[in-house]
Amino acid sequence: FVAYRGQTELLGPLRKIELYEMGWNLKDGLRECLVAAAPYGGPIALLKGHYRRSPSARPQLEIYSSSGLPLASFPWKSGVVKQLGWTVSDDLLCVQEDGTVLVYDLWGGFKRHFSMGNEVSQSQVLETKIFHSPYGTGVAILTGALRFTLATNIDDIKLRRLPEVPGLQEAPSCWAVLTQDRQSKVLVANGSQLFILDNTACTPVTPPGLSPQASSIVHMCVSFSYKYLALLTDSGHVWMGTSNLKEKLSEVDTKIKTPPKQMAWCRRPKSQQPSAVVMWDGLLIVVGECKETIQYHLDDDSVLVPELDGVRIISGTHHELLQEVPGACEEIFKIASMAPGALLLEAHKEYEKESQKADEYLREIKEQSLLSEAVRQCVEAAGHEHEPETQKTLLRAASFGKCFLSNFPPEQFVSMCRDLRVLNAVRDYTVGIPLTHTQFKQMTVQVLIDRLVYRKLYPLAIEVCRYLKTPEYQGVSRVLKHWACYKVQQKEESDEVIAKAVSVKLADAAGISYSEIATKAYESGRTELAIKLLEFEPRSGEQVPLLLKMKKSPLALSKAIESGDTDLVYTVVMYLKNELNRGDFFMMLRNQPVALSLYKQFCKHQEQDTLKDLFNQDDDHEELGNFYVKASYKDQRLEARVALLQSAVDEYYKAKNDFSAKTTEDEMRLLRFQRKLEEEKGEQLVGFSLHDTMTTLLSVGLHKHAEQLYKDFRVPDKRFWWLKLKALAEKEDWEELEKFGKTKKSPVGYLPFVEVCIKHHNKYEAKKYVSKVTPEQKVKAHLAVGDMEGAAEAAIERRNESEISTVLSRCSATTDHLLMERLNRAKATAVKK
Amino acid sequence: MASHLFCGRVNLNILREAARKDLREFLDKCSGSKEHEVEKMFTLKGGRIPSAAVKNIVFFVRPRLELMDIIAENVASEDKLHPRDFHILFVPRRSLLCEQRLKEKGVLNSFTNIDEYILDLIPYDGDLLSMESESSFRECYLESDQTSLYHAAKGLMTLQALYGTIPQIFGKGECARHVANMMLRMKREFAGSHTQILPVFDTLLLLDRNVDLLTPLATQLTYEGLIDEIFSITNGYVKLPPEKFAQKKQGEGGKDLPTEPKKLQLNSAEELYAEIRDKNFNAVGAALSKKAKVISAAFEERHNAKTVGEIKQFVSQLPHMQAARSSLANHTSIAELIKDITTSEDFFDSLTVEQEFMTGVDTDKVSTYIEDCVAQKDPLIKILRLVCMQSVCNNGLKQKVLDFYKREILQTYGYKHILTLKNLEKVGLLKPQSTMRNNYPTIRKTLKLWMEDTNEQNPNDISYVYSGYAPLSVRLTQVLARPGWRSIEEVLKMLPGPHFEERQQVPTGLHKKRQPGENRTTLVFFLGGVTYAEIAALRFLSNMEDSGTEYIIATTKLINGTSWIKSLMDSPEENLP
Repeated sequence: FVAYRGQTELLGPLRKIELYEMGWNLKDGLRECLVAAAPYGGPIALLKGHYRRSPSARPQLEIYSSSGLPLASFPWKSGVVKQLGWTVSDDLLCVQEDGTVLVYDLWGGFKRHFSMGNEVSQSQVLETKIFHSPYGTGVAILTGALRFTLATNIDDIKLRRLPEVPGLQEAPSCWAVLTQDRQSKVLVANGSQLFILDNTACTPVTPPGLSPQASSIVHMCVSFSYKYLALLTDSGHVWMGTSNLKEKLSEVDTKIKTPPKQMAWCRRPKSQQPSAVVMWDGLLIVVGECKETIQYHLDDDSVLVPELDGVRIISGTHHELLQEVPGACEEIFKIASMAPGALLLEAHKEYEKESQKADEYLREIKEQSLLSEAVRQCVEAAGHEHEPETQKTLLRAASFGKCFLSNFPPEQFVSMCRDLRVLNAVRDYTVGIPLTHTQFKQMTVQVLIDRLVYRKLYPLAIEVCRYLKTPEYQGVSRVLKHWACYKVQQKEESDEVIAKAVSVKLADAAGISYSEIATKAYESGRTELAIKLLEFEPRSGEQVPLLLKMKKSPLALSKAIESGDTDLVYTVVMYLKNELNRGDFFMMLRNQPVALSLYKQFCKHQEQDTLKDLFNQDDDHEELGNFYVKASYKDQRLEARVALLQSAVDEYYKAKNDFSAKTTEDEMRLLRFQRKLEEEKGEQLVGFSLHDTMTTLLSVGLHKHAEQLYKDFRVPDKRFWWLKLKALAEKEDWEELEKFGKTKKSPVGYLPFVEVCIKHHNKYEAKKYVSKVTPEQKVKAHLAVGDMEGAAEAAIERRNESEISTVLSRCSATTDHLLMERLNRAKATAVKK
Repeated sequence: MASHLFCGRVNLNILREAARKDLREFLDKCSGSKEHEVEKMFTLKGGRIPSAAVKNIVFFVRPRLELMDIIAENVASEDKLHPRDFHILFVPRRSLLCEQRLKEKGVLNSFTNIDEYILDLIPYDGDLLSMESESSFRECYLESDQTSLYHAAKGLMTLQALYGTIPQIFGKGECARHVANMMLRMKREFAGSHTQILPVFDTLLLLDRNVDLLTPLATQLTYEGLIDEIFSITNGYVKLPPEKFAQKKQGEGGKDLPTEPKKLQLNSAEELYAEIRDKNFNAVGAALSKKAKVISAAFEERHNAKTVGEIKQFVSQLPHMQAARSSLANHTSIAELIKDITTSEDFFDSLTVEQEFMTGVDTDKVSTYIEDCVAQKDPLIKILRLVCMQSVCNNGLKQKVLDFYKREILQTYGYKHILTLKNLEKVGLLKPQSTMRNNYPTIRKTLKLWMEDTNEQNPNDISYVYSGYAPLSVRLTQVLARPGWRSIEEVLKMLPGPHFEERQQVPTGLHKKRQPGENRTTLVFFLGGVTYAEIAALRFLSNMEDSGTEYIIATTKLINGTSWIKSLMDSPEENLP
């Protein structure tokens, strides 16, 4: 028997490791204490004198680390506690008789309380269980009315009342909570009957192969993973099987018929063997696959704490871990083991003694090509050992073996060394977190760091982060933030000192949220400190909510603007709008142009009247004018429109914008004119532009009125001619067009006359104007009416090469043969020239 | 896979995939399962949501208050007997203001999920990203609302998270400065969380649209630019008059001409389009006929295929060839449609006037052409484009000239346009001449904005995209790459807004080691919009043999002169409730 030292005891396939001698000094041990110990080596809570129930002596609530170092102690002043339990984030839950649950941190600081509902408080709590699931920590309560109420996650409480259990007359003999198919259910035993309760139904179930002698199930427990179930019957039999009750694994007779104090699964993940631990006063029995049980004497009142890979046993003086011997350890340390790991360990021992036997052992392993397997075994076994010396021996052996291997991947070895270093540090008596390697891997570094932070072990947490090279963002920075949050609550130090300390410590850390720290400071009533801390926050956006909460609105507004996030600016503006009186609100906006223009945008769509007030406040007459113009278009009634336009005119004059004022006056004039004419002639005109009004008038023959507008509005000749020309052509009023053409010399020339006639397919009329066209446009005019001869004539006369080409391109080779010859000749001379 | 996003130097598929992943995650959350079959998509409108046998309804919205009112109406009129789950996804980010509005309307609690879909920059092509924020220019320059710039900065942060920190930032203009400031601030805010990615972009150039107001006003003369000018491209698609696309099938006699507009997708996944999109339209005809020859030659190959192996090979290429043939047919039709317009006298006259303005001819007096156009009541936007162009090319118009134009426009098109004119003045597109002298000629000469000998067929300068005019924005980009902005300090001072340079620290070990001859990659971000012709010019620079720089283009919105002016118009009647 090679390596096990004093503190590890082998019990058949199990081993018992002494974790700590408890640091606490309990006069009466755990007797008369309500005890709750958190899994993953978490803290222990004791409610001392709980069972004494004398009104004079209050019970005392004490919190310890796993090694028994005191963390908190205070007299219990609230109601009768039915159950203690820990949440996944190391908070203590105290479930009272009336269904109120009080939450404390592990330093005994009160955090909050919540109720499990009216029904529970009326019929009182009979029994309660605190459980963990992928959704968080849950509370299950059996009420005096023999009904179950469940909350699956205490951070997001949704109470569920489970269906009634048929035939239940008194408290059930035992019950347990299990998580199946993403749902928390209750398994309850009433005598020999077993029921599963879920949200909707109560289903009777039968464990396969449960021995018939049993008339009642007196105790039950579910494994850490909720996969397995153990039932203890009044006949002393332990039935073990899967928790879905589909399969039986084994059944063992304990030969003890008194009800036990506690029962727990003791099983490593992936292990094939079921084993459960049943505890009576002074006695512990381990039941497994075979009929034989392992009995183990307990000196003292103890508590079992089920873990992922074993059971911890806490007594008044000691803290032990009972677990199945891990495979690798068994292979290596079994007496006369010839496993490669065992041989490698032996080889290394001989090598240190400088004995040649080392070579023999090595040769033996190498011959079977098992050296890499041997190294792997030693590394793995080291992970499962608690004694640093044993760990070192195994790792040295592994490292020795590695020398004889080429291309052996180093990752496993390196990360195991790192993990063990961290584990040894946190297992230390002063820290008191007795994690196994398996548990550590399951819980992750992130959570371990959180737990160290909860314990205020900031330097250790930072060291762990740095050592494991956790990205700064998730590691060191997070720890420092927690430290700072704690620091700002220290009442005895001055704002300046704390702010300085925080900024110095956090200066280089990346991604620190100062606003979170500041919020903490504010919550502990230190507004000034909060403001100081916010100064360090690089994300201006983050500062805003807290600044608003602290009623520092001008600062909040400028920070929001600084962030560039307009939505945030809007948020502050809306907040201010509700908080301040109108005058102050406007004043504040006035000093913040960015916010003001955003608010104006908002008003433009939502609050027209406010917009006007804002312009008024700023004496912005130009915008006021625009505002009235816009408004005038929204009103259907002419009088109202004209009135609004008049207001616009006034504002434009005040703004010294004569152009806009005059134009708007013109608009009013036009509106009135249109209205008058509508009334007189019944022609729909209101809303038309001046141009369209004139066109309409011309097209219905109201030439005088059109002329009047032309003069009144000083329409340029050119445009009026174009307009009239087109209007008359549209009407095909050729006579009037001809008359118009003769009134005076056309300011637009006569080509438009030609074109407009052609457009309306009247070549005859078009030809009338060709002769009047200027020489430059002659060719175009001739072409427009399709007179090739004329076009050619004009082009040749002008000796213009490009014009000649244009005409040429329009000639057809068959009909205009002669013409083309002439043109080509003319072109040649034009080019020469 | 979107193949057209993959072709460039920067694989924009990464961005697309990241965006798709986010959307999938949200939909997972809504349906609670991995299967999310979208049953139907509706455009948001008031009243009750049309019925569909679904469990979940997701509102996919921009965070705008008026949209919240519509959603509230939708939710309120939901059938109470068959309640469905509502979810809301804000694009590109959630807004407290909008949620507050939903709360006021009493519907906030009706939503199972409220989340944001961070989609700032949408990949449009292998080298093109757009925020598709229609009113960005209007908001920034007219309404002093810089929301879109915040989204732009956020979009650039996302881009940097995926493609590495951009070491150099250059910029010109107020908005550019604001975006750069926000980026640098955000960078500080997220210090420590940066990812270790080798920088893909060497330089970011931020350009305000108001630095170059001239370019979008000019008529684009590239193939793609003209398609956009004439038919307007929306979200990568164009709708065309159907007549020219009638399938000539035997037996049907072609009696039934299609009446539905022909809808075509336009991006560089189409080989032929990629080839011709950025050419000057005058060079497109030749390219198309060359392509036609290649294709018919390829089809002729079948006669040469003798052995079974050769025939098999020919057949395997058939689908590709047929696609090429139909693509050719489409583009020939489009080119014909465009040609009908570009050969018209109207088009020619207006282009002549544009070019006169750009070369500085008679920009200080009333243009008879514009006068005639107004007299004939041509489309208002055409008039506004020309008048604005004249004003920009003259650095403002004489008060008399300006007032004349304004009165002409108001009398002809209606007094209501007074607000539109004021808007154009506010953003600087129209302005009275100040006492300062006209500096446009200096800018034109220094930056060589007008090139006399532009070669449209085989261009050697970016000026080919406007047949003579080299877009100012792209010239600035070009000069920045070589020889640097220091050489044009004087001109930069004449253009509005500050110009600046910032450097961002790249983590050690991530400094790019450039191979000799390896090009630099520059991201050019146009704040306020970019035209297809400008994109063409930048692509031309990327492909120039000795340019040394490749360009990726990002923008708030793809614009042309018409859509741009339209976004600035204010016709009060349309606001009637």
